[in-house]
Amino acid sequence: MYVSRPARYALAAFTALVLLVLYFPILYIARLSINTARSYAWPPRGFSLEWWRAAYHASGPRDALFRSIETALLASAIALILGTLASFALTRHRFFGRNAVSFVAVLPIALPGIVTGIALNSGYHRAGINLSLFTLVVAHATFCIVIVYNNVAARLRRLSPSLEEASADLGADLFQTFGYITFPLMRSALLAGALLAFALSFDEIVVTTFTAGAGFETLPLWIFNNMFRPNNLPLVNVVATVVVVLSIVPVYLAQRLSDGAVGVSGR
Amino acid sequence: MPEPALVDDVSPGSPNRLPNGVAVSLRGVTKRFGVVTVVDGVNLDIAEGEFFSMLGPSGSGKTTMLRMIAGFELPSEGSVLLKGRDVTRLPPFDRDVNTVFQDYALFPHMSVAQNVAYALRVRRVPKPERTRRVDEALATVRLDDFGSRRPHQLSGGQRQRVALARALVNRPAVLLLDEPLGALDLKLREEMQVELKGIQQDVGITFIFVTHDQQEALTMSDRIAVFAEGRVEQVGTPVEIYERPTTEFVAGFVGTSNVLSPDLARALVGRDETSTIRPEHIRIVAPGREPTSEEMHTAATVRDVQYLGAFVRVRTETAGGARMVVDVPTASDTLAEIVAGTQCTLAWRAESVRAIGDTKSTNTEGAT
Repeated sequence: MYVSRPARYALAAFTALVLLVLYFPILYIARLSINTARSYAWPPRGFSLEWWRAAYHASGPRDALFRSIETALLASAIALILGTLASFALTRHRFFGRNAVSFVAVLPIALPGIVTGIALNSGYHRAGINLSLFTLVVAHATFCIVIVYNNVAARLRRLSPSLEEASADLGADLFQTFGYITFPLMRSALLAGALLAFALSFDEIVVTTFTAGAGFETLPLWIFNNMFRPNNLPLVNVVATVVVVLSIVPVYLAQRLSDGAVGVSGR
Repeated sequence: MPEPALVDDVSPGSPNRLPNGVAVSLRGVTKRFGVVTVVDGVNLDIAEGEFFSMLGPSGSGKTTMLRMIAGFELPSEGSVLLKGRDVTRLPPFDRDVNTVFQDYALFPHMSVAQNVAYALRVRRVPKPERTRRVDEALATVRLDDFGSRRPHQLSGGQRQRVALARALVNRPAVLLLDEPLGALDLKLREEMQVELKGIQQDVGITFIFVTHDQQEALTMSDRIAVFAEGRVEQVGTPVEIYERPTTEFVAGFVGTSNVLSPDLARALVGRDETSTIRPEHIRIVAPGREPTSEEMHTAATVRDVQYLGAFVRVRTETAGGARMVVDVPTASDTLAEIVAGTQCTLAWRAESVRAIGDTKSTNTEGAT
């Protein structure tokens, strides 16, 4: 498509503006975390790792970090298993109600977190289950499954089913075919799905609010609970930066893995 | 003249009439998907060392038949015998059969050498022997220096040869090929036809070749089975299939044929059955000349003239309403006289007319 030169400049400028609006506040928070002053005041002043040191020694953020990691690891592990099984079933087999099941499997990602959160909360309540790490992990897994499912299903659709047939044809039994062909070709999609699921769980707050046990504070919850306490504000900046980094890195890696596509080395 | 094919003569106790013993026997093989019958009671015997083609239009059941021999599909009825042993219910990895897939199905995460070595690796063949046999197989398909490449670095023709080497490395009793040349351009396809036939003769393995391309089947095969709607219409050598089609379908599908209904056949060639005549067996008599005394002839109107390079395809219609296609060599001196809308005389020798279902040599009675 031909785009005139002024139009191209205008589009470039607009794109730059959008990216600035998106990322400047995040970068500003990161900058503030090494500020010498305590406030959000512009311009930021000085360089100091004092707040990072303080955050490291404060028990609140550290406990919250471990809880977030624990939750995200468990939720993505569950999502990895269930999402992979679902994608194999839904892309490799034809059965009655397949489209409906596929829709229902993907739906949680589109549901507003507040609805999922309230629904699960009242569901747990009625079932007599006390809120705990378990209830939180299950809640996160509902939408993490979708990410794994989408990644794995996309890869499966691109893999020719004749690859597995060729393996069987050449004498490989079911385990050999899985170990030598299916798994190596799926590996990067599984990893990408798991990383994205981790990132999604790690910075989730809405569903978490309704499904975490009393006193169980994940990193986003800690931020939310402390951002209106002026004394803790510098720590909030530090913690927010940590959350951003821990969310961006998996997303970046996942994207690289998906680009690598099928050609990922089997050795 | 070769033996007529063993279509309906494969009852278990029947003496084996194929010269080298039977590699594959199909006994009443039927495959239904839901209510659709895709393969319908196929009986075939394929000899050891034979280049056997299954020819038919898409949807004729030939690929499904191949997949049942490979073990990817379970027949609804009937049985598949490999060297006399019933393998109907054996999984693909327990059958001494390998397949060259239509999309080649090369493993993208392995090098060419690893692809070819795969069958040996899963059977735990020791490494030195593996390397030796891989080199041998790659040499057979003239890809000696390509072992370390990845499939995506190869051209279509090279990938095809890797797929062939991979399927041959284990020396299967039977090699199945599912339209392996379909993705190649015409020039490469013709080269590969010659090469494939050469490789088959070198290794002496039975090839079962599925194709919808009648020219390909005629060029390469020892025998051809023509498939239509899940049934075998005719089995025979390329010459038999082309010269003596036993059904109207075969006459129309393999090459071009003028098929005359019994009424038209009675009027034009003096026969009471549906009859066929090949376009290249009809001559357009130059104006002012007469057909020879051995020839049958009729007046016709030229409807359409189509230039096809080596010959010109002329569509005509006789006074009796029969549409006759005539192929005139481009070198013919009558060509200038053939113009759409003009009258002409068509002439042919009586022995060129084949009655459908007539497997015996043509009789010449009933000539004008």
